[in-house]
Order: sequence, then structure tokens, then C-alpha cells
Amino acid sequence: MADVIKKATRESYGEALAELSAEYPDLYVLDADLAAATKTGIFKKACPERFIDCGIAEANMMGIAAGMASTGKKVFASSFAMFAAGRAYEIVRNSIGYPHLSVKIGATHAGISVGEDGATHQCNEDIALMRTIPGMTIINPADDVEAKAAVRAAIDIDGPVYMRFGRLAVPVFNDKETYKFEVGKGIELRSGNDAAIVATGLMVNEALKAADMLAAEGINARVINIHTIKPLDKEIICKAAKETGVIITAEEHSVIGGLGSAVAEAVTECCPVPVVKVGVNDVFGHSGPAADLLKEFGLSAENIAEKVKAAVAAKN
Amino acid sequence: MDASLKKQLEITACKVRMGIIEGVYNAKSGHPGGSLSVADLLTYLYFHKMNVDPKNPKMADRDRLVLSKGHTAPALYSVLAQRGFFEPDELKTLRKIGARLQGHPDMKHIPGVDMSTGSLGQGISAACGMALSGKLTNETYKVYAVLGDGEIEEGQVWEAAMFAAHNKLDNLVAIVDNNGLQIDGKITDVCSPMPITDKFEAFGWHVITMDAHDFDDIERAFSEAEQISGQPVAIVQTSVKGKGVSYMENQVGWHGSAPNTEQYEQAMSELRAQLEKLEG
Repeated sequence: MADVIKKATRESYGEALAELSAEYPDLYVLDADLAAATKTGIFKKACPERFIDCGIAEANMMGIAAGMASTGKKVFASSFAMFAAGRAYEIVRNSIGYPHLSVKIGATHAGISVGEDGATHQCNEDIALMRTIPGMTIINPADDVEAKAAVRAAIDIDGPVYMRFGRLAVPVFNDKETYKFEVGKGIELRSGNDAAIVATGLMVNEALKAADMLAAEGINARVINIHTIKPLDKEIICKAAKETGVIITAEEHSVIGGLGSAVAEAVTECCPVPVVKVGVNDVFGHSGPAADLLKEFGLSAENIAEKVKAAVAAKN
Repeated sequence: MDASLKKQLEITACKVRMGIIEGVYNAKSGHPGGSLSVADLLTYLYFHKMNVDPKNPKMADRDRLVLSKGHTAPALYSVLAQRGFFEPDELKTLRKIGARLQGHPDMKHIPGVDMSTGSLGQGISAACGMALSGKLTNETYKVYAVLGDGEIEEGQVWEAAMFAAHNKLDNLVAIVDNNGLQIDGKITDVCSPMPITDKFEAFGWHVITMDAHDFDDIERAFSEAEQISGQPVAIVQTSVKGKGVSYMENQVGWHGSAPNTEQYEQAMSELRAQLEKLEG
């Protein structure tokens, strides 16, 4: 097997914006003094006249983005997930969500893999918060290829979009040549009828590894990548529920209100089956290297595989 | 200001006030006090200052107004109705189920509303975004933001104030309606935002004061604002909450409550008398 290339999706985000700058002369990027970290600095370098630094004032930045979008410009507003979805929540709801303005929120440093900065910066609640806003599209890409495709797709979506990117370099497993991104459509990466692993973001790659481990033990787990958490692809999830009888969700987010909750809500209506959630279990994180934290908080292929085995055993 | 124009504006403002009372009375709720204090300002802007077209409310190069103190929507709706964006009769549907006239401005459905507002402190940021957008692509439109004096207790206002000065948004005029009262009492008793003028000056704005109920003074203030380049302008208007209805004037209790039938009749008769005097 060739060496796995690793890249942080925040990097993909910055590169994608820079690539799109020529194609979209009305594209503007806002940041709140984090351009070096969110990687909008890549866009700034390519296109300084269309980069606006709002300073450390995320609430105002979201309002600026709303006002600009109301005049027809294509606007991306960036900060860490904690501040974009957390601190600025009410501005996102009332100034962007309620008037359904086409502001794209590029939220980086999501989840526990922020690492050493610790709990104040590890946002495990952003998906839950954003899901409650009517008309908000939420995209959580799994790797570089998907992240770039998602940014390209988001730019033409009519209405607000929350995009979630990570700080940690993660394996690039999608094939750039064949990958197709469709908003709101899940992707079945592995077939299997013993159980279904529904994953998002960096947990998709862990789900694939878990499926390999399980296959070695004779368990065929289906793997579904849900890059768009809202609107959720209920069809692919309900089909999985019917055909496998048990779902294990995997996300780098609280088990409250994120992908696991969304999937559970969906199957409750269409085909009630057990839904086992792998995520951050309603606790704050703490400082440490990202890789160690992911293991410690159970955000690993090993933990997914274990949960699948237990769920399959319970089913039979 | 030309005397006949002044009279015309006074007549229109009086009709706007009647529309405010009509709306709030029929809704049995809403915010008459602060609506009445900005009635003259909004009348001046929509009837004399702003480039707007009621037949084409989304016109790209129109001047924009963000009612950051969104609870005074009855004043905005009444002015828009008088200006021809929709029929004045629609004011009676304010806050009712199925109506376009939401309790706070809704840009998605109400012709002439440039930004959805209501949560205090947010409108000024959106106004800054519109002004910056205009600057970036050399548009000629102006942006007006109307804030309450209580509203500026919100921290976001000062984030926006910093941003506007930093970006030299001289196509932006923010008007602070200094009527001195907020829900819990006098602004100086609740959590004083005074001195307002010094604060905006310290944030890099050009500051002008004006009498909110004198069209000559309003004209003077906006003429001065027009001369300013390289920085945003804040006009702090000294106003009377509840202006035009005797028993509402300077009474904090009329911030957010509707008149009963008797009070409605009295308000309308006072305003009708003012109108007759102006037209007579």
C-alpha cells in the first residue's frame, strides 16, 4: 500500500477558497484574527483585496457577513467552531438564519482534535447548535478531497451553510478523480448487512478501519459517510436500518445533538433499530496531543469495532 | 429647510404616528413609545433623503435603512406604508397570524425592509456589512442604521463601531435615538451608556447632535453628515419617547404596551387635531 497522505481539512478549506477566487469575482472572505490558523490566510495571499479581517469580534463578523450577503456578494465567514457556532450563535440564528442569507460559515478547529489548547477551544457542540437553525445546511467533510468539493458546492447554495473543518492532519482516502460530492447525499463506502457504521468527518476513516478489523472476524459492516448532516440523507440511513438491523454512529462531537442524534431521530420514524453512538460522552475535553485525545475519548477504529461487535451480538 | 417642505414632512410624520397607534392598538401589543420617538427621523429619511423606489423595493443601488432598534417596527411599517410600499390598511394586521408585518422587521416578506432585526445590537453590524460592501465595489448607495440609546448597552454595537471607523465607512450614518428610557427605567439608572457622543468620538466616528422633532435641525444634521468623508457619522438625536401622544410622552410604561380603546380614541383625536392644525 502506498504511503497515506495526510492533510488537515482547514488547509483544504483555505486552498479551495483561493482556487475559487478567480472563478468567483464576487467572493469575499471574512476572518476574526485567525487567518493563519483557519487557513483563510491562503485566500488572503491570493486575493488580499477581497479578504476582510474583522478582528477579534465574531458576533460583529457574522453581522457584517449578513449585511454583505444582503447586497448580493458571496461571503465566507471564518473562525474556530467554538466562536463561530458558540459565541456568535444568536447572530447566526437571527441575522443570517432567519433572513436565510447566503453566508457560508467556515468553522475550523472543530472537535477534540484541537488538542493542546484544551477544553475552551474544543468545540463538541457546534453541530447540535447549528442543527436547530431552520434552513441551515451543515457539512462536515472527511478528508481533503471531500472538503474541497464541499466548499465548491457550498458557494452556490442559496441560504446559509455551516462547514466544519479540523485542525489535525487526517488521511486522504477519497480519490480526487472519481469522487463526487452531492449536498445532502450520503455515500456508501462499504457494503455489508451485519451492521451499519454511519460516520462523519475524521471518523469516516476510522469507520473504514473498523470495518477492516471486523471483516477479519467475519462481521460485514456497512460503512456510510454522512458529509451533510443537515439536510440528512434519511433514505440511505433508513435503508441501512432495514437491511442491517443495527446502526453505530461515529462522530467527533458530543453524543448529544450531533450526527448520532440526527440518525436516531430518523430511524425512529422510518425503521426503529438500536442506534449506538460513538462520540464525546457529554464531558469536556482537556489538553493533550490530538491523537492521544481521540483514543482516550473513544474516537477510534478500535472503539467503533468493539461497539459493532457488541451490537451485533445483542442483535442475534 | 423650505417652509412648504417642512410642513409636508410634519403632515406626513403625523400620519405616520396615526399609523403607529393604529397598528399597535389593533395588535393589542407592540412598542409605541420608541416608535413615536423615531417617527420624524424615519419620515425625513424615507420622504426626503433616501433613494428608494416603492415599486422596486430591491433596487440594487437603493439607499438602505437598518432598524437596529427593531422593536420600533410599527414606525418603520407606518412610514413604508405612507411611502407606498404597501397599503396603509395593512398596518391593522400588525403581529397577527398570517400577516407579513411581524412583531419585528422581516426582510424576507415585507417590501422595503432591508434587514431582519429585533435582537438588539445586531442591526448595526449588518449595516456595516452593507456599507463595506458598497465601498468594496464602488456603489453610491448610503446606509442608515437606527439604534436605541438602551440598545447601545449591547457589546456588539461597539464591535461594529470599531469596525466602521477602521474601515472608514463614510457611507454609513448611525442615528442613536436618545429618548432616555428603556424597559427597566431611565437609561442613566439602569446601566448608563452615557456619554454617548464621547463614546462614538472615541471610537473614531464623526458625531453630530440634533433635535429629533425639528425638521430644520434634522436637515442641518444630515447636511453636515453628508460633508464628512473618511469616517462614519453618528447622529445622536435628543427625542421624546411617546412623542405626539400627550399621555405617552416620557412615560417608560409605554415602551411596550398597547393602548386600550379609550386610550386609542384619545391618541387618535390628539393626532387628528395636530393634523388639522397643520393642514388648516
